[in-house]
Amino acid sequence: MAARTLFDKVWDAHLVAQEEGCPAVLYIDLHLIHEVTSPQAFSVLRERGLRVRRPDLTVATMDHLTSTKPQSLAVVESNAQNLLDTLRRNCLEHDIQLHAQYSGKDGIVHVIGPELGLTQPGKTIVCGDSHTATHGAFGALAFGIGTSEVGHVLATQCLLQDRPKTMQVVLDGSPGPGVSAKDMILALCAKLGIGGATGHSIEYTGSAIAALSMDERMTICNMSIEVGARSGMIAPDKVTFDYLRGRPGVPQGAAYEQAVATWSQLVSDEGAHYDATVHLDVSSLEPMLTFGTNPGMGIGVSEKIPNPSAAKSSHERDALSKALAYMGLEGGAALAGHPIDVVFIGSCTNSRMQDLRDAARVLKDRKVHAGTRVLIVPGSSAIKEEAEREGLDKIFLEAGAEWRNPGCSMCIAMNGDKLEPGQYAVSTSNRNFEGRQGQGSRTFLASPLSAAAAAVTGTVCDVRTLLAQKAP
Amino acid sequence: MSAFTTITSELVLLPTDDIDTDQIIPARFLKITDKNGLGEQLFANWRYQEDGSEHAGFVLNQPAMQGRKVLVAGDNFGCGSSREHAPWALMAWGFRVVISTSFADIFRSNSLKNGLLLVEIDADEHRKLLEAAGTNPALAITVDLAAQELQLPNGTSIAFPMDAFAKRCLMEGMDQLAYLLHHDEAITRHEQKR
Repeated sequence: MAARTLFDKVWDAHLVAQEEGCPAVLYIDLHLIHEVTSPQAFSVLRERGLRVRRPDLTVATMDHLTSTKPQSLAVVESNAQNLLDTLRRNCLEHDIQLHAQYSGKDGIVHVIGPELGLTQPGKTIVCGDSHTATHGAFGALAFGIGTSEVGHVLATQCLLQDRPKTMQVVLDGSPGPGVSAKDMILALCAKLGIGGATGHSIEYTGSAIAALSMDERMTICNMSIEVGARSGMIAPDKVTFDYLRGRPGVPQGAAYEQAVATWSQLVSDEGAHYDATVHLDVSSLEPMLTFGTNPGMGIGVSEKIPNPSAAKSSHERDALSKALAYMGLEGGAALAGHPIDVVFIGSCTNSRMQDLRDAARVLKDRKVHAGTRVLIVPGSSAIKEEAEREGLDKIFLEAGAEWRNPGCSMCIAMNGDKLEPGQYAVSTSNRNFEGRQGQGSRTFLASPLSAAAAAVTGTVCDVRTLLAQKAP
Repeated sequence: MSAFTTITSELVLLPTDDIDTDQIIPARFLKITDKNGLGEQLFANWRYQEDGSEHAGFVLNQPAMQGRKVLVAGDNFGCGSSREHAPWALMAWGFRVVISTSFADIFRSNSLKNGLLLVEIDADEHRKLLEAAGTNPALAITVDLAAQELQLPNGTSIAFPMDAFAKRCLMEGMDQLAYLLHHDEAITRHEQKR
């Protein structure tokens, strides 16, 4: 058999049918659903008298609309409550396991999948959410789908899919101090641009990827959609297997050893063909921040904001001018030192233990800058508990940050957590689109380290300066 | 889904690149269990001021644009979030066709499920079309899916590529769920050997 990529292996194993001139019928091993993109799909099932084919392969949680305020204060507006109630009813009616708010197993859909061991190498995983590529960090083929497709998977456990092209992204070198996985993926976004991998499935390879923890690998794969990719995968290795060992959804004992043997086959063969290859040396990276209105508009913290007059094309000049006008920034100026109003540490990109530990490293024995609001939102109830066992909550609260309940929070700004018009935030989330964090909101995307540093100084700043100092 | 027939319409021009689905339909309007009312919220952050009044300068607010069915957008249209509310909102406003130089993958897939025709043309043709419509704001074109052509009043036409299956879905108003359900036996066989 010809040399195959990791993507090829997972795709081929899930091919149910492929008629000439038609997309593939692809089997889905795990379907994650949430309250916002599923109600109309259940309505289609109801209209057509269909049942959910595999409730046992379907798992629901509540994350986009849930309030992250302490439980006693949590109230959401009536239309949001209606969506939460609708999900609960749909799960009851179709016998789908729901990890509801306050159940202890709830959290952001892309955080709880791996945490519960549902996410495993070689699986096909879909969700009505574009950040589903997160699960690709485990060597799963995972991608976001629309609501019609949610209905297709509920009814048939399959999807119609055109085979994407493949792209290898090789990350080599070792990052310097203060440079994390988030900086690597923001650097890739800046290099490829927001549509640079459209039509492709990415496989991240190289020594820099091999050296990352699972939390960090998930941050990388999570933002694959921000370069337009359908999915982003990393071949499973010992780091992956160690993460999965003992988790609830993972085989135990001899069955685990057998699973590891199978999972170990999920690597791209020597000489396998990719349609495109991109290299990035992470050794030369500095902490990255976005200055504009899409994740591809990023620079190193010591760099100047690009000047529209120096743009290579009229398209680029127009896009830059529009972005800078929205952001209230000047081309050619420094980004470091720019005052901010809010820091948001959370989202499916950066709300895991390692992210919180990074934030705590900076905030320990320091104070949040007067007048800066800092929200720290764990990705799941389990992470919240673990962080509290480690005492991270105390570090955050003593610094003057808010320690919230799990949820999508200020990444999607449809749950009560949002910026006011014109406010600036340094945010560890994945999108800096106009209005993403609230109407008129202005977002600088960054790592948890950089965000925590901004919390201390009240400005965009270079975290390496703080890391080099002893806390006062 | 209704079948796509040939459409003749004047154009709405929104040639900004990288228009994401958060702009097409902001997240705060996704708190619905049906698909109703989204036409009012299409491009809400560009269309309305914070007090709810209209931005007079925004293209969708111009009286001449009402009833037009073809949107000409910039490159990489529909990037970002997977929300199918984006094609729902475009169609609720009245659009049946979007012309661009490229589209984001999930948006493309979602549009096809709803009968919204996405026409991809090369950058040169795109620029010429924008120039022609800029000179003559009442320029009407015919979108002929069967011939895979945009036909201009001066007799010229722009060919566009179309995936054969997508074309069949659009022309026949074919339901993809029915196609999948038709594979029930193959799905069962696959499940048995999993």
